[in-house]
Amino acid sequence: MSNRISHKNSRVDLNRPLTFTFDGQSYQGFAGDTLASALLANGVKVVARSFKYGRPRGIIGSGAEEPNALVQIDVGARTTPDLKATQVELYDGLVAGRTSGWPSLAFDLKSVGGKFSRFMPAGFYYKTFKWPTKLWPFYEDIIRRAAGYGKSPIEADTETYDHQHHHVDLLVVGGGATGLLAALLAGRSGLKVLLVDDQSELGGYLLSMPNILIGGVSASTWSANIINELQSLPNVSTLSRTTAFALHDMNMIQAVELLQDHLPHAARNNAQRRERLHRIRASKVVLATGAFERPLVFGNNDLPGIMTASALTTYLNRYGVACGKNAVIMTSNDLVYQGAVDLAEAGITVTIVDTREQINPEWAAKTNQLGIKVYVGYGISEAVGSGAVQGVQLVKLGSLKNVVTAKGPYVPCDVLASSGGLSPTVHLFCHDGGRPQWDDARLAFVVSANGRAKDGIFCVGAITGVFALQEGLAKTHDTIAELLTGLGKTINASGLVLETDEIAVTPARRIFNVPDGKDGYGAKAFVDFQNDVAVTDIHLAVRENYRSIEHIKRYTALGFGTDQGKLSNVNGFAIAAEALGKTIPEVGTTTYRPAYTPVSFGALAGAHVGDSFEPRRYTAVQTTHERYGAEFEPVGQWMRPWYFPKPGEDIHAAVNRECLATRNSVGMLDASTLGKIDIRGKDVREFLNRIYANAWSQLAVGKCRYGLMLDEAGMVMDDGVTACISDTHFLMTTTSGGAARVMTWLEKWHQTEWPELEVYMTSVTDHWTTAALVGPKSREVLAKLCTDIDLSKEAFKFMDWRDGKVAGVPARVFRISFSGELAYEVNVDASYGDYIWNELMKAGKEFDITPYGTETMHVLRAEKGFIIVGQDTDGSVTPFDLDMAWAVGMKKPYSFLGKRSLARSDTSRTDRKQLVGLLPEDPNVVLKEGAQLINSSDITPPVAMLGHVTSSYHSAFLGRSIAMGFVIDGIKRRDEEGNNIVYAWAEGKAVKVKIVSYVFVDAEGARHNA
Amino acid sequence: MFVIKCPHCFEAREEEEFSYGGEAFVARPTSPETESEESWGDYLFMKRNPKGWHWEMWGHSTGCRKFFVLKRNTANHTTVGAWTLAEARKIYDAEEATA
Ligand SMILES: [Zn+2]
Repeated sequence: MSNRISHKNSRVDLNRPLTFTFDGQSYQGFAGDTLASALLANGVKVVARSFKYGRPRGIIGSGAEEPNALVQIDVGARTTPDLKATQVELYDGLVAGRTSGWPSLAFDLKSVGGKFSRFMPAGFYYKTFKWPTKLWPFYEDIIRRAAGYGKSPIEADTETYDHQHHHVDLLVVGGGATGLLAALLAGRSGLKVLLVDDQSELGGYLLSMPNILIGGVSASTWSANIINELQSLPNVSTLSRTTAFALHDMNMIQAVELLQDHLPHAARNNAQRRERLHRIRASKVVLATGAFERPLVFGNNDLPGIMTASALTTYLNRYGVACGKNAVIMTSNDLVYQGAVDLAEAGITVTIVDTREQINPEWAAKTNQLGIKVYVGYGISEAVGSGAVQGVQLVKLGSLKNVVTAKGPYVPCDVLASSGGLSPTVHLFCHDGGRPQWDDARLAFVVSANGRAKDGIFCVGAITGVFALQEGLAKTHDTIAELLTGLGKTINASGLVLETDEIAVTPARRIFNVPDGKDGYGAKAFVDFQNDVAVTDIHLAVRENYRSIEHIKRYTALGFGTDQGKLSNVNGFAIAAEALGKTIPEVGTTTYRPAYTPVSFGALAGAHVGDSFEPRRYTAVQTTHERYGAEFEPVGQWMRPWYFPKPGEDIHAAVNRECLATRNSVGMLDASTLGKIDIRGKDVREFLNRIYANAWSQLAVGKCRYGLMLDEAGMVMDDGVTACISDTHFLMTTTSGGAARVMTWLEKWHQTEWPELEVYMTSVTDHWTTAALVGPKSREVLAKLCTDIDLSKEAFKFMDWRDGKVAGVPARVFRISFSGELAYEVNVDASYGDYIWNELMKAGKEFDITPYGTETMHVLRAEKGFIIVGQDTDGSVTPFDLDMAWAVGMKKPYSFLGKRSLARSDTSRTDRKQLVGLLPEDPNVVLKEGAQLINSSDITPPVAMLGHVTSSYHSAFLGRSIAMGFVIDGIKRRDEEGNNIVYAWAEGKAVKVKIVSYVFVDAEGARHNA
Repeated sequence: MFVIKCPHCFEAREEEEFSYGGEAFVARPTSPETESEESWGDYLFMKRNPKGWHWEMWGHSTGCRKFFVLKRNTANHTTVGAWTLAEARKIYDAEEATA
């Protein structure tokens, strides 16, 4: 059955038929169709099943407001769930599926439940499924499957997306009549103008009303003329299929452009983007976002075949689709009459049910002429039909109050439309704090008279409550004139005649919910179709004492869902207001938040996916590490070798081998990622004295010192070795992950508190490659390549540094150790990094030199009891908690950062959690990092938490497990036999642990001093 | 997502180039050791956190790396201006004097 008619101004090309499928059935549509218009043309009435009751649902709207027709488009990696059929452009070969209806659209299990719907009121799920808690995942699965909503793609997205930034003088949102006029007037003045519109072609509602005359020409000619002129202006750009979905501070608008999804697969270009996110910073913004028509609420108003009056008109005029042969239109206002006339002229039988006592005499004459029957002072109490609307029951309404005074006739029909007035699209206006105001004459939340939220935002057209075209165009002219005057420009409206042939509008009736005279026991009347919220649900919420509209919204789910209540909100607010005995402005609106319509994750991510998600940093030795078969781990942005498995080795075997090789002979670690900050100037020593807990005044040239950096609360925030290069030049190292934070910290103190200190800081992390040569044989390896530094124990002591040449390359060698072994850190210009690494590997071959990664580094340092800031500390740990009083220079004259806080009553307690070593009773048990430490193996609550495990490894060198952690009063308990046992509790098990010193290897330091 | 005009670079740039540096003009006590528990605690932890106009420090972290002062309305992100620390100090002191 085809509802397609040939219509003079239709935007559908009947010479270009297209084939598509919906829910497995093949249909034909035409170029210019949306999926919705093509389905309606094919007589498809049921497109979805409702969320809660499984009731059959049809298409209600014609754009972003559509609550019912959610479809799944395409298959495989490209599949997109929950698109609105009213916004999906048809293309040849389009595959669309339903997103609801389980097991099928024709039979939904929930519709069985629907018969008992009195038992599923608002809050039903909260009340019924909340107990027992552990069954909730089970309930949720069933409810979600039954409720519908589409399926996310499970294959990786093969398409690409990007972001584009704009800086314009003026952004116009909306390409309808007033938006086009605004863009033209601003464009003529020379402003850099961008116009965005969500539809496939510009024109807005003029596309649905092509026969109105503007300046003596048809609306379609008028808009074509303006579009032509806009295209001729080099300073004006327009973007179609582009939805502005968020308005942020200072006129930052985000808009998403659909670039390819309207094309048949064969015409798509994989080298091009699928969607583009536009981030538009505009000096001025004009919101010409229009309005949505809101339906009236009445019994069984969700039957398929019931839609808004503007949708009925749009399908006829824009798409050449007659949604029925026998239409009934109920209204509270004049807006439906032009569409009714168009329908009658297209040969459709039309009946109007006007809720008002009096109707516009001009429209009365016109309808009379065309044989349109108008019931004046009537409403529809209930739609009747099974699976689709077949007729309506009328009631006579009171003249002053919305009550039933008498039963009216039954009128048969096959399509039913209604209009309760317009709801301006105020969403973007509200995103950055604008509040719409209730206009009691226009029965709408509108942007107030001057149309401004903040400086730089101008509103024109229906958003301001001006619903008549001629008035809207005149006010647009005045608003743009004001905008241009503010910029010192004058408006040029030459050749633009803005008079229309509209019939002047008469007042509307204030009615939202049509009474049925049945006191709440009549047919279900839905307010929000997508969430199955009926009038009775809002009444129930109010009876259960919900008072705030935000709470009523959450209890009933009013306005949730992918349509965000575009049709339902104002009706819901009005019905709640009546039940609460308040006025609509007293009740107010819920909050409008971005996004206006759903936006894909792909568009939001843009090019920031995969390898481009975040910059990755590699050291100069990366290719060599790969050649040695390294596994890598991310450390901040760095990719560091984690361990170097030999064939057949897992991480444990590899780490055990690397540890033993290093402790027994020699290993090598790429330490290039350590943060390095070059600090110079005459006041460097004093600066370091203030920044670090340690004292720096006595550190001699050629020496290094380990430093602890505290925040002002006295907590350890970073550590590292700093070398004195000269009296006015120091080189600081930081943790790999903390380098940027430390740099900012130093600069902030220097700039804000100590500008009098002469210091200059430069981040030199990437300038150097650092190869840490570690182990008893490290001196012998280095000696093979370095002859100009005296490497003897006496001449080059632990914590010294020397300049020299290594393998012919200028090098700075530090004798420092993060493992407790004899070790040299060889620093060279990063351009020699890979060379020096390979030379050292060659030189070490005879000692079986073993490259190792971060995992072995962690084990070696834990064996020696060295902390890692960020693993063993968490921002609540003082140097004293770490047993590192030796690193705090309490006698320094300047009160270094954090010093005063170390004396605060809480920080100076002696029974704080303190760092200790932990030995599990069973040497084969490796404790879980993060395990809680408790006093007994009895885990019956309440259990006192004494601390936790921070580092835990198997030590191949010691042949057993070791750990570090914090225990309340741990240092004292460590030395008290009988009081030194705790239990580490994790994953349901409590493991017996002995508190010991955190230095497990070489407590006397013989190895690193060797 | 607002725009800040860096008083060192003289350029209006996106917020994401900058990083927030906390309330401005929280001076470090000149003699911390003589501060009481309460006054040192105030310095460390007690911030004004107003709804409305707020003098705050920002760093141009991906630009010139200088710190400066911004006066921002925390309720709606409007800003009055951004100044170098020294410039801002004078305006701030004058404002405090009349407050
Ligand atoms: Zn700057």
